[in-house]
This record gives sequence, structure tokens and C-alpha cells, in this order.
Amino acid sequence: MIYRSHVLVCNGTGCVSSKSPDLMAKMEELLVANGIENEVKIIKTGCFGLCEKGPILVIYPEGATYCNVSVDDIEEIVNEHLVKGRIVKRLLLGDKEAEDVSKSRDNVGFFAKQKRIALRNCGVINPENIEEYIAHDGYLALAKAVTEMTPAEVIAEITKSGLRGRGGAGFPVGRKWQFAAQEVSDQKYVCCNADEGDPGAFMDRSILEGDPHSVIEAMAIAGYAIGANQGYIYVRAEYPIAVERLNIAIKQAHEYGLLGKNIFNTDFSFNLELRLGAGAFVCGEETALMTSIEGNRGEPRTRPPFPAVKGLWGKPTLLNNVETYANIPVILLKGADWFSSIGTEKSKGTKVFAIGGKIHNTGLVEIPMGTTLREVVYDIGGGIPNGKKFKAAQTGGPSGGCIPADHLDIPIDYDNLLEIGSMMGSGGMIIMDEDTCMVDIAKFFLEFTVDESCGKCPPCRIGTKRMLEILDRITQGKGEEGDIEKLEALAESINKGALCGLGQTAPNPVLSTLKFFRDEYEAHVKDKKCPAGVCTALLNYVIIADKCKGCSLCARKCPVNAISGEVKKPYVIDQDKCIKCGVCMESCKFAAIEKK
Amino acid sequence: MSEFVTLTIDGKEVKAPKGATVLEAAKSAGIHIPTLCFLKDINEIGACRMCIVDVGARSFQAACAYPVSEGLNVITNSPKIRETRRVTLELILSNHDRECLTCVRSQNCELQKLAKELNVKDIRYEGENQEFPIDDLSPSIVRDPNKCVLCRRCVSVCNEVQSVGAIGVVDRGFNSTVSSPFNFALNDTPCVNCGQCIVVCPVGALYEKSSVEKVWDALANEDLHVVVQTAPAVRAALGEEFGYPIGTRVTGKMVAALKRLGFAKVFDTDTAADLTIMEEGTELVERIKNNGKLPLITSCSPGWIKFCEHNYPDMLDNLSSCKSPQNMFGAVLKSYYAEKMGIDPSKIFVVSVMPCTAKKFEAGRPELASTGYPDVDEVITTRELAQMIKEAGIDFMNLPDEQFDDPMGEATGAGVIFGATGGVMEAALRSVPYLLTGKDDENIDIKVVRGVEDFKEAELEVNGIKIKAAVVHGLGNARKLLDKIRSGEAEYHFIEVMACPGGCVNGGGQPIQPASVRNETDLRTERAKAIYEEDEAMTIRRSHQNPRVLKMYEEYFEKPGSEKSHKLLHTHYVARENYPEN
Repeated sequence: MIYRSHVLVCNGTGCVSSKSPDLMAKMEELLVANGIENEVKIIKTGCFGLCEKGPILVIYPEGATYCNVSVDDIEEIVNEHLVKGRIVKRLLLGDKEAEDVSKSRDNVGFFAKQKRIALRNCGVINPENIEEYIAHDGYLALAKAVTEMTPAEVIAEITKSGLRGRGGAGFPVGRKWQFAAQEVSDQKYVCCNADEGDPGAFMDRSILEGDPHSVIEAMAIAGYAIGANQGYIYVRAEYPIAVERLNIAIKQAHEYGLLGKNIFNTDFSFNLELRLGAGAFVCGEETALMTSIEGNRGEPRTRPPFPAVKGLWGKPTLLNNVETYANIPVILLKGADWFSSIGTEKSKGTKVFAIGGKIHNTGLVEIPMGTTLREVVYDIGGGIPNGKKFKAAQTGGPSGGCIPADHLDIPIDYDNLLEIGSMMGSGGMIIMDEDTCMVDIAKFFLEFTVDESCGKCPPCRIGTKRMLEILDRITQGKGEEGDIEKLEALAESINKGALCGLGQTAPNPVLSTLKFFRDEYEAHVKDKKCPAGVCTALLNYVIIADKCKGCSLCARKCPVNAISGEVKKPYVIDQDKCIKCGVCMESCKFAAIEKK
Repeated sequence: MSEFVTLTIDGKEVKAPKGATVLEAAKSAGIHIPTLCFLKDINEIGACRMCIVDVGARSFQAACAYPVSEGLNVITNSPKIRETRRVTLELILSNHDRECLTCVRSQNCELQKLAKELNVKDIRYEGENQEFPIDDLSPSIVRDPNKCVLCRRCVSVCNEVQSVGAIGVVDRGFNSTVSSPFNFALNDTPCVNCGQCIVVCPVGALYEKSSVEKVWDALANEDLHVVVQTAPAVRAALGEEFGYPIGTRVTGKMVAALKRLGFAKVFDTDTAADLTIMEEGTELVERIKNNGKLPLITSCSPGWIKFCEHNYPDMLDNLSSCKSPQNMFGAVLKSYYAEKMGIDPSKIFVVSVMPCTAKKFEAGRPELASTGYPDVDEVITTRELAQMIKEAGIDFMNLPDEQFDDPMGEATGAGVIFGATGGVMEAALRSVPYLLTGKDDENIDIKVVRGVEDFKEAELEVNGIKIKAAVVHGLGNARKLLDKIRSGEAEYHFIEVMACPGGCVNGGGQPIQPASVRNETDLRTERAKAIYEEDEAMTIRRSHQNPRVLKMYEEYFEKPGSEKSHKLLHTHYVARENYPEN
């Protein structure tokens, strides 16, 4: 059937949680009511990236991108756009008066500076329909690999592309494939790490939800390249939509002969299964992931032997993460030279970041390596809300670090981030403004690591806990002389002594904040002050007598009756009674209450 | 010939076989690297981070798990390495119950020793020190998680070596503990009480449920006739507690010490072992002759019996119905001996000294009370006996050698070798020809069943009857064999199973040797030597020639397998659930 209009509705997790399925239901109902259900097709797609403006839907052929759509808007969209052909300008993303509505979003920096390779099909195709993937050159790379290329040629092409692992450490992908390929064994495995766990990161989730076939195709290519006929995708059970779409995609790929025996009538066979993770962060570490797939408690083991030599059930195993795989088919189709023309000298291609925190455009962006942090924050991210100043960006999740304002012009790539004490990680990026306390941030990340430590080795099991206890003390105003030095000593011993990468990097958030914001730590310890006004134990709410009009509102709002005074005269807060809840400051209409 | 690689350790060129670890290579070069979780062949997981060395990687690597390679440059001792090790140890100590003076492992604690070795003078990183309840509901094993350092040796031995799986790591991070599934008490799990977890524990987190006070009380009770029996393996290891080299036989001193502790009579469980051979051998012959259930599997090892009840309930009929020697002896003491001596059995208090923690559980089995009184009243381990001797101020090393008491003290070489893997089988095979034909086979040393190989086999032909026998020790090996028998892949007439690797000499109640000793010495082999030495020294080495046993049949039991012996010397088994319902 041919439709005159197509409505693409984002069904990524972000938009789903802001009710995009309700929009679809409502629209379906109205299409029927208007008798145009056979003329307009609703398609659910993966993530468009700009979650901040969700739910998002795009209507073709006009290419109109509507944002922040609510169920109440649907009637107008159906009546105006779909029935009468009139654009609903007020909902357009970007330039609402654009002559060509398909270009309305072009001036939105968020989209302009992106280059979507890994996310190429997200928001473009229906992830539950393999034909849409095929129509976008899907499985062409697999066909090319198995019918026209030798495994060695495939690996050579990947090596030449300069692609590095997108999961965190940035190991050259071609080399990893080569290691697994050169092992001689009766059985090898290909694994996909979809145990995305960094706080705030959801790029792998979006790819799986929006374009699952790209991962499946890439894993089959990898199987061909290293000589494996079995693959496992280890995906978090907390990603139900991704799991469902992967299941659908694997089933469809089998039906189309793109998985299973004798793919493209060659001798190459490849099967794929899902394994659901129970949500332990450490299972993103490759040896822990494999241990978990084997059915054991997910814990890392010592390396060597590396997975390429002894992996799953002791057999050579190739492990890459979702985003890495998503790049593979394109590289084979467009060539290594094309791919390596993007990016910096040692970091090729693009990287997807999940931007969050104190920034206008939270969401998912894919940028060429070498894009500066400033571009990400201000052009793509739209800057910091409420006119606040940028203070730092946290990248690399709990293994990463903070990049302060001095380094805004740093071109983002693996090596530059490492050099300043952070890391690429899987691509979480949390933007912090001047109201953020860096000690508190370090504490937040350490709380995460302490909670997620598997407990196998003492440096991580007890060491991170001790660091957290010190940080707790510092933010409670009970910091002692020497605490900072203790933190540093512990950090170094954990870094050198822990068993796995997660433990070794667990102190990084503390080390990097200490490196750039040591004065804040010192203020907490020595002056018992939190300069950013975050650590409640270290601040007092005070009423500025000059500004107080004596309206008594704060006194009435105070839950512990700590505020007293006479009407029309300045009020006072009894610091002994105050529980520092901040209600008074929020309620004051004259900005007469300050944190000090 | 294995290939060698050349590497450098602390500037010294070292040759090591390919596949060796840095720890092994360093050891061969005389370089000591501290370890804590490492236990050769059992736990090589690099978890404790004590053996970290610098191999030029971004972080330090665990020498116990890091393989050598050509040209590898290793530094084992630098300020940074020493500091990292010490910080890690301080962290462990910061979350450890440091009441060392009252700890069961005081002065035999690997953690204590390491703290001294690494010069820990101060714990700089104090913080929350967790408090867990002590699990002492098992009749055999006490778990004190407050002492646990999470080295996981117990977990490895329970899961990998024994395939019991009663304990594992639960929860994660700072809250991780070694515990049973769902934090059940050990008593409510398929734990078989073998105590292998205890003997590998570097600290005081696992120990036997002590009966020392109860035995003292009994000894002080003038109304009681307190007798003691000692298992064969005890004499092969007790000396270690008093500074003797591993494998020293201290039978005479042990007997002397027991007499000085105040036991009315000191008997040898070996006598009951001979009795067991008569009963079990007869059972085997009858099963073979009458097409009974085969293979017949030995029932001396209470850890094995409970394992079978949990995991192979369909094979309970394969188990010999014979009680273990400990309980046979108990029953004999409260029947035959009581009658003979004219003592009211209610006044007889039987103490067993066993190399075994599972014997404590066995003694408490309600069905093992065929005289109306428990066969055995209290069981103490070799370690507990040593404790009592020390507590009583007995100068063990200067004791004279003394003899077991009459009338139950006579035993044979066959009885004593019950203490090592293959021993029950060898003892049985020494008697089976006689039991079948009335004549002895010339061959008395059946060496194919000796030694610590995982799996041993023997074949015997008597009067055209072929007897195929197998010996396994360690429950992991037992499981492999039992699975093969279940599936029909293997067929035997007679199988000996001992729960502990190496048999009773390496039982869970034996003296604890630290990893530094265990890694270098095979306790199983060394202690077994003492046992075979005693066998060689015996004039009578076949159970059916034990005059006391023969007399017992003459005066009391009539013949092996008689009604009376079935009443007193045999038992039955129950299928057990692994976990309590609800």
C-alpha cells in the first residue's frame, strides 16, 4: 500500500517515558475518525537524540519535525497537517517560520554539528521491520564481506579505518579482531557488550532500540572475520524495549536467512542469542561479562589470558560494545578511507555522547572526534540554563573525570581526555554549572562505585568505601587535616592494586576533581565551607535584614518553626532549630534569604 | 620436555617453564612474594592483591595468576609495591575483627603473620567494621564472617574440589560475605560437614564446633566411665600440633597423653575398622553371590554419606549398610564391652578423637543409637585433642610411648590404613579372598589403590569371580564417578569413597597447615606415609585375623552379617532435601 504521509514517532526510551505511545494511539484513533487511516502511516522509530524536546515526531513528505508534542496537540496535527496540509508552526522544532519546514531544525546547533554514523538509522527506520533496515543498505556489508572478501581483508579494512572500541578504553578494533582470528580453536565466540551502565549514558540503548540490525549485521561480519559461528549479546534486563526489539530483529534475520546456516549461500553460518544481565555495573567489564554469560556470579578475573585467547568457556572470544559494532557495516560499505577521514589523528570517526546535567539540550549526540568541548556545550547543547556559568564536564562515567572551564577548547578524543585525567568512557557527559560542588560530585560517583563494586578484591571492596567515608566526613564538615592526603594515598593504591579496570579507575572522579578543584576540598576541610552552597551541613540559611520586608511567609512555611520575627520587620532564623531544608529560600518573594 | 622462557625478576635472569606463573618463577629464583588468598591448585584467582608485582603494565598484576613470558621484566619489591600491599592489608584489617588474643587461630593465622611480615604498625584507614552474626547452628562447623577476609579459599574448595556448593560469595562490594544461599544457616544447606573449608581458611572465620568443654565435664564426672577411641589418621598428624615434622607417627605418645587426660580406657578405632571389613566384606561377597545391588559403596566417610543422601538419593541402596568404624565401635562399647565389663551402658561415655568434622554430625544422627544410647557421645577433632593436651599442661614431646588398652585395643595393619585414600579398599581386598574361599591371597600390599591420584582402579580374581574396584577421594571426584555409574558408563563391584581429598589424613579436623606449607608439601602424601609405616610394622595385617574381632564374633556377634550384628553394626540412610521447605 502506498501512503501519502508518513508519521515517524520516536519510541526511544526517553520519548516513551514522555508518553509517545499515547500520541500514537490518539493519532490512530483520529486517523480512523477522519477516514484517512489508509492514507497516513504511523511508524515507530528509534531515538532522534534531542530527548529534552520529546516526544518528537516527524511527518513526511514535508519533513516537519514537531517537538514537545502532547496528546492534546494530536488533534491539531491531524486536522491541520494531515487533513488540510497546513504546518502546525507552533510545534516546529527550531525556526518556526522556516520557508522549507524540513530545514526548520537546521539552525538548531544540536543537529547541525552532528554527524550520525552509529546512529544513522535511529529515528529514520522502524527498528521492528527488517525491510526498512535492508532498504537503508542493511546487510549489504555482510553480503559484501562473506561473498567478496576474505576474513583477512575484512580485518584489514577495519584496522585501516582506525576504529577504536567505543566501550571505554578505546582499544583498536582491528587489532582485537586480529588477535581473535589468529587463535586456532574448534570453537570461537563473538560477544556484544550491551551492559551499558555509566550513569546517564544511553547511547547503546538507543542504538539497540532504534537500529538493532546494525549490531546483528556487524556481529555476523565479526563472526566471519574471526571464524566464529556463535554470538551472544549481553544486554541489561532493564532495557526491555531493546530486548524486545533485539528478539524481533534476530527472529527476522533468521527468517531472511541473514542469520543461521549458509548465509548468502556461503559456508558461513552464524547464530545469535541474547543473554540478559541483572544490572550489575561490573558486568560491563569484559571478563565479568563472560563469567556472567557462563552462568556464574558476574565478577572479573585476572588477565591475561585475554578473551581473544581464552574467553567464554575457555574459547577465543571477541568482545565489542554496541556502538563499536554499529560502525562496522558502514565502514565496510563506505571504506576505511572514508571513515578515517573523519576525526583526529589517533581517534577516527565519531563518538556518541549522552549529554545531561545543567545544559539546555539534554539528549544523544553523535559528533566527529575532535569536536571541542565548547562546541558540545554551547553549540550542540545550547549552553547552560538560567545564565549560569559552565563549571565542568564529567566524562567517562564513574571511571572518568571532570574537565574544567579552562579546557573547554579541548578537542574531544581518546588521548586528549586521558591526558587531562578523564576518559572517553562509553560516552556519558554530565555538564555542571557554578552551583555544583565538586566534592559532592566526586562523592556521587564514588557512591556509585562503592555500590557497584563486586567485592572480589580488597582495594575496591574496602578502599573505595574508605574513600567514600572520608568524602562523607568532608561534606559533613567533619573533615580533618590530612584527609585530602589520605584520599590521594588511597586513590593511588586502589589505582595500582585493584584487580579490574573498574576498581583501578574508581578513584578517578576524586583524583580529577582534586586536580582541578583542590581549593574546594580545602574550603570544606579547613574553612568548613561549601563554596558552591551544596553541602547542607556546611551552610546556613540567613535572612538579609535589608531585603526582608517582614511578610512572615517564610516563618509560616518553615516546617520546624525556626523563623521568628515581627510583621514588617526583618525576620531571623534560629540556626539551632534550622534543618536546612531550604523551603524559606524558595518561598521568599524578595530574595532576602541566602545560603552562606 | 616442557619449553622454557627467560624472564627477569628484580634484575635477575630467571628461566621458568612456559605456563608457569610469576609467583612460581620467583619462588624458583629464591624470591619471596607475599600471598594471602593463593592456595596452590585450589585457589589461584589473584583476588587479595597481596602478591602484586610490577610487570610494566598500567597497574600491578597478581603474581599468582600472571603467566611468565619471554623477556618479561618483573619487579617484586619497590617502595610503591610495598606501600600498595601494605595499604591493601591495612584495608583488610580495617574491616576485620581484630580480637586476636581470643581467636581460635591466634598464632596460626596467616593474616597475623602477613601483618607482621609487611610491617603493619598502624591501620591508617579505619572506618565501618561490619558485624555479622556467627553461624554456629551446624553440629560440625562454625562460621564467623567477622573474621573472614574473603580470600575465597573455602568457596573454591567447597565448590570446585568438593562440588558441594554450600557456600559462596553473597551480596557485593563492601557488603560481600561468604555465606550459604539465601543466607541460610550452614546446617540448612547441602553442606556435608567435611570441614575442608576450615583447613584451608587462613584466619579464624571457619572452625569446628568445639566439644572440648563437654569432654572435660565428662572426665570430671565420677559417675561416668569415659572411654576414648582414636581414628587411624589422628596419630599421623597430631604431632604437627607439637612441632613434629609432617608425617611423624605419634601413636604411643597420643595414647599416653589420652591416659593422662583421664580417660578410663584408650581404644583404637582400628579395631572397629577390622570389624567393618568383616561386615562390609561379607556384604560384598553376598551381594556378588546373590546378584544384589552393585556396586557396593563404602560407608565409612560421613561427609560422603551426607553428600550421597543429598545428591544421589537414588543410589542409597548402593551404600554399604555398615556403620562407620566410629559408630560400630561406639555400639560395641555400649553392648559387648558393657556386658563383658559389667558396666551399665548408660554410664559409659564414648569420646571419639577424629580427623574429621563430619563425625560430629554423624555421632548426632538419631538412628545411630542402636543400644538405646547414642553410639558415640562426643567427637573431638585432632585439633581439639591437641588443645586439651596443651590445656592440661602435658609435655607431649617428652611422653613415653604407651599401648592401647585391653580388651579392645588390638588392631591390624588393615585397620590403620583406613586413614588414607584407598585404605578401606586395600583392607577389604586383603580379606575378600578369605571371605570368599577361606584362603588368603599371597599379595598383601595392593599398591595400585594407594596414592593421591584422583581416581584409582583395581581388579581381583578369586575362584573365577572377578571383582572390579574403584577408589575416589574428594567429593568432586566422587561426583564424576557416580555420574558415570548412574549413566551406565562405568561398572564396578566395589567402590571406596572418602569425602576428603587424600582421605582422612587430610580430614577437616586435622591440624591446620598454612598455605606456605601446603603449597610446598602434599599433606595427603606425607601423612599417609605415617599410616603405611604403621601398617608395615604390624604383625597382623589382615582384618579377619584380628584376634579380638574373632573373639567378639565368637562371644557375641556369632558371624558377620548376623542378626545381632545387623542390629548393632548396620544402619540405614535417608534422602535429604538440599534446603528447608518454605
